[in-house]
Amino acid sequence: MDWLYIGVFMLVAAFLPAAAITAAGFLAPKKPNKVKSSTYECGIETVGESWVQFKAQYYIFGLIFLIFDVELVLLFPWAVAYNKLTLFGIFEAVLFVLILLAGLIYAWRKGDLEWI
Amino acid sequence: MTIQQVFFLAVAAITLFAAVMVVSTRRIMHAALWLILALFGVAVSFALLETGFFAVVQVVVYIGAIAILIIFAVMLTRQVFLDVGPQLNRGWWIPAVLVAGLYAALVGVLSTWSGFQTQAAALPEAASDLSQFGLALVDVNAYAVPFEVASVLLLGALVGAIFVASDRKGVER
Amino acid sequence: MTFWNDPVNFIGQWLQSVLVSWGVAPDVAQIILLVLGAGILGVLGLVWVIFLIWYERKIIGRMQDRLGPNRVGPWGLFQPFADMFKIFTKEYITPDGADVVPYNLAPVLAVAGTLMIWGVIPFASTIFGADISVGVLFIIAAGAIGELGILFAGWGSNNKYALLGAFRSVAQLISYEIPMVITLLIPVMFSGSLSLQTIVQSQSLWYVLLAPVPALIFLITQIAEVGRAPFDLIEAESEIVAGFNIEYSGLKFGMFFVAEFLHAFTAALLFAVFFLGGWRGPFAEQFPLLGFVYLWIKTFAVYWFTVMIRGTVPRFRIDQMMDINWKMLTPLALVMVLVTAVVHALVRPIGSPVVSLVALLVANLVMLVITLQFIRNSARARRRPMVAPSTVVVARPEPQPTQSNPE
Repeated sequence: MDWLYIGVFMLVAAFLPAAAITAAGFLAPKKPNKVKSSTYECGIETVGESWVQFKAQYYIFGLIFLIFDVELVLLFPWAVAYNKLTLFGIFEAVLFVLILLAGLIYAWRKGDLEWI
Repeated sequence: MTIQQVFFLAVAAITLFAAVMVVSTRRIMHAALWLILALFGVAVSFALLETGFFAVVQVVVYIGAIAILIIFAVMLTRQVFLDVGPQLNRGWWIPAVLVAGLYAALVGVLSTWSGFQTQAAALPEAASDLSQFGLALVDVNAYAVPFEVASVLLLGALVGAIFVASDRKGVER
Repeated sequence: MTFWNDPVNFIGQWLQSVLVSWGVAPDVAQIILLVLGAGILGVLGLVWVIFLIWYERKIIGRMQDRLGPNRVGPWGLFQPFADMFKIFTKEYITPDGADVVPYNLAPVLAVAGTLMIWGVIPFASTIFGADISVGVLFIIAAGAIGELGILFAGWGSNNKYALLGAFRSVAQLISYEIPMVITLLIPVMFSGSLSLQTIVQSQSLWYVLLAPVPALIFLITQIAEVGRAPFDLIEAESEIVAGFNIEYSGLKFGMFFVAEFLHAFTAALLFAVFFLGGWRGPFAEQFPLLGFVYLWIKTFAVYWFTVMIRGTVPRFRIDQMMDINWKMLTPLALVMVLVTAVVHALVRPIGSPVVSLVALLVANLVMLVITLQFIRNSARARRRPMVAPSTVVVARPEPQPTQSNPE
């Protein structure tokens, strides 16, 4: 029942803005012309493809983000069980986090956390 | 058929269609869009099975991190955003026959399995309790070693990513 | 149960009895009510934005020694309505060569990613959308969908600036998601549940008292996730053209605007739920409506604080923004989780909440002092080269790389 509500609410959350945009589309005037619908780059003609190549840095940050995301997904069940854990179980998670913290410090020392 | 089964079939059909579109669309960005739809379909299937944890983890990790990472990786490559070459070569029917045969064999084998006829046992109440999972993760008799190994694996991935990145920087200069 | 105790459930039960008396099957009636409830909550969430826009313009106006909107209606209350009617009748300009599907999907996803969070927030002890057992992770998943909206806007609009802006925004959003999720571990640890209702119910002592430093980190990351000043380099009006939403016009642009305001308020709402005890307060259990009032007061206190920050703190540079996240907030949040887990586990056998409170407060204070010392040292190390005589830079033609890399 709860998941049914979540599903319905997600549909509602997507439907409402879509409906508003569609309704405004009927109300609004439509007078496109060549200059109006050209790409806005401060009045200068676009040079070449607009889907340009990006540098590797975005990918590196994306990868570090992914690694931490997976780590945190594993830590959430541990956090839920925290009140039932022995001290040993807690130290196991401490070790888990410290290994990844070492990875972060390694990335830091290697200079990959600098945004150039 | 119950409403749930109809719903499941619809979700499965959408997921499969999206998965086929991922490999058959010509624009690489549209492939990413279809991939996200396919991953979301899997998340909905998890929710239908009442395994909420896996449903949200599917969205958080696969859509929230891996899909974005794939789009970043696409933007990293040289710009071939529209594939104009032919999508099939002359030998396309050989894998098609092989895959169809494999599918038929799998259906044949699995339909004789007794598990298909039995009614699924109701899950115990504690199954939805995530703390059981958490306790098992740090239990020495259960998954404590895989838990720590996962950490080391993630560390290896991090170091590998940084190694690749620093190599690239060297080439640029 | 009377009307004034719990109006929402009262009306719900009354409607159900009406539907059943009309001959509708009870199951169907329940589903009709469920859809109706979801629709009403969604519409209220979006209509609430109209008020938020007025409120924020008023505060920012006062902070900048202006009056803010004051012409249309009492205290300018109807100004957002006038703006809304204007934006409804504005033309959509779709740029040439836009990828239509992601271009049109982007504003919808941006709003949906924020509005979805409202489905799991406990507004009072009996007023909530759904109390799912993985509510905290659901909030993170909803945030991921909002990020996708920004990415789609960037590569759907066939514009280099839009693409560049979208990539920078997504890099910021995914970076700040890490410390945000790490700090969310702490309420989960204390309450032993991922359900938001349980987290609120277990806060007999507000978690902001037990974990002040993580609460501060959570607030900072929430401001960054919304993309507000001082983290508004996503759409820094005075520096770059507009960021990812440059090619949008009319209500499609308005939807990004709505998403930002709604997200800013939702961030305050989440802070109140996770760290300020949600709807808890005197007599909130008996009178759910009172709990709703408490939640709204707490949320507005946090929201007002974030608007004050928006009005006073100057914008960060992109490298500073990344440094704050990866070199300060992420390691600090990880260490805070470890310290909190160990200290709380050590003092737990004593069994006294006062001892736990004092021990955790001391631990937080120690960590805060150590962090401030680190920041002071690194700032000193960075200042030193400034006073040393610098070598004269001579312009020298460098071989251009064949592949032009923007950014």
